[in-house]
Amino acid sequence: MNIIKFLDEFTNESMLEKKTSRKDAFKTFGSLGKKAALAAIPFGLASMPTKSYAQQQPGDPVAALQLALTLEYLEDEFYDLALQSGVITDSAVETVYMQISQHEQAHVDFLFAGLTDAGVTPDEKPEFDFTAGGAFNPFDPSDPDAYAQLLALAQAFEDTGVRAYKGQALNLQGSPFLTAGLQIHSVEARHASEIRRIRDLKGWITGDERGAGMPPQTQPVYDGEDNVEQATVDVTTLGSGSPFTFNASTEAYDEPLSGGDAFAIASLFIVD
Amino acid sequence: MKNKVLKVHQPKRKPSKDRRQFLKLGGMAILGSGLLYACSNDDDGAVQPQPNVFDLGEGDLGVLNYAFALEQLEADFYTKVVNDSYWANASAEEKQVLEDLYNHEVNHRDFFSAAISAAVGSNTSAKLPTLEFDYGGLDFGNRDAVLGTAKLLEDTGVAAYNGAGRLLNNPDYLVLAGKIVSVEARHASAIRTLINPGSADFAGDDVVDPVTGLDRALDPSQILAAVGETGFITTPFTATSLP
Repeated sequence: MNIIKFLDEFTNESMLEKKTSRKDAFKTFGSLGKKAALAAIPFGLASMPTKSYAQQQPGDPVAALQLALTLEYLEDEFYDLALQSGVITDSAVETVYMQISQHEQAHVDFLFAGLTDAGVTPDEKPEFDFTAGGAFNPFDPSDPDAYAQLLALAQAFEDTGVRAYKGQALNLQGSPFLTAGLQIHSVEARHASEIRRIRDLKGWITGDERGAGMPPQTQPVYDGEDNVEQATVDVTTLGSGSPFTFNASTEAYDEPLSGGDAFAIASLFIVD
Repeated sequence: MKNKVLKVHQPKRKPSKDRRQFLKLGGMAILGSGLLYACSNDDDGAVQPQPNVFDLGEGDLGVLNYAFALEQLEADFYTKVVNDSYWANASAEEKQVLEDLYNHEVNHRDFFSAAISAAVGSNTSAKLPTLEFDYGGLDFGNRDAVLGTAKLLEDTGVAAYNGAGRLLNNPDYLVLAGKIVSVEARHASAIRTLINPGSADFAGDDVVDPVTGLDRALDPSQILAAVGETGFITTPFTATSLP
């Protein structure tokens, strides 16, 4: 995002109304530079979700699929730009990104067709800004931080995807889309594990740790992953020994994310 | 460091001829050995539970028992893995991955045990009993054998949970299945990359359809048929009320 565009948006009345908390955040960090200010805004606090699925009613499969489509648009464009950027020089990582990119494109197509077939107009693809207003610079090969950011953002998007689909399972329950939703959900989890392991983390999430090298803004992706109570059972109390430690007990279960929280995370990268 | 790990003694058993027995009759899955003489003589295709053979049951309880069976298998398998020689001599990365999988699957197994006990209350006979396992000639000292089996089990777990979601009525159970299946998928991805580093196998075209981008989803009868073919589960049980 260049500075002119940034200022244009910042002074745009409707945008200010639409993204109240982003405006508030700028006020809060008013004396700081743009990059510093945005870098300090956690994922999810950058803008208030205004889309219908942020306030969706339980059991609303269309809203669930629209949210999924938006997240898939984001991932699909991210991997396309990543592969075109020239930032990835490791051929093994390029192989991984190509496979993931193929899946995200397929998910976009699948959800788009599913909504269309159901007589629903799919939401349009938003305009994305993967710098998040200048906080990141993942596609610039001349930036020494680009590669690390490219991997960190992929991890954040995949772990968000896993949690977001899980959070929509109840909205899809009883609909013909539940099984397909689960089938995408586990693919996102395969992706997440691979990206995390490329970044020398475990493939699974320990406590609510975002992991070494992850920008602090990504913490909302991991908040709540430290839950140990499953169906009213505290799974750390089921036995003794290594399987029942806090770490193992949190790694063994991934936690859902609400539609509003998932969209709020995505919104940091949505210009309009 | 070799052979310093405390071993859990596993009595060697000769693989019996019956070990690999598996029958599928009109949608009914029967697992295990020894009691498979009890074929239904009905010709109308109606599937009857076998006397003295545990049946997983129907509805949510049937699905919970089904998941409990799969988690028992995974937990037992990794318990043997971390007590045998391949693991003891594996790289630090592989040791960590397999130890974590052991931890997670034991936790899952004991969670289902507790959840099913809570669900059946005093009707304890409706809970799947502790199963017995026999891995035949599987060499737990061999990396390829261990990782190949782990890959099979994790991919099977993913396809099983994906296929079972639609069978659950209680929303809490659906969320729980979701919490567990993504961890199984993370496992599958990691094991696949240990086997073939730097490849697309973590979400390979053999499990994720490259056109739709969808992972596999299989019915209990399909999963139990595949598990039955391994011969790993020796305690017989049926799944007459699950698709």
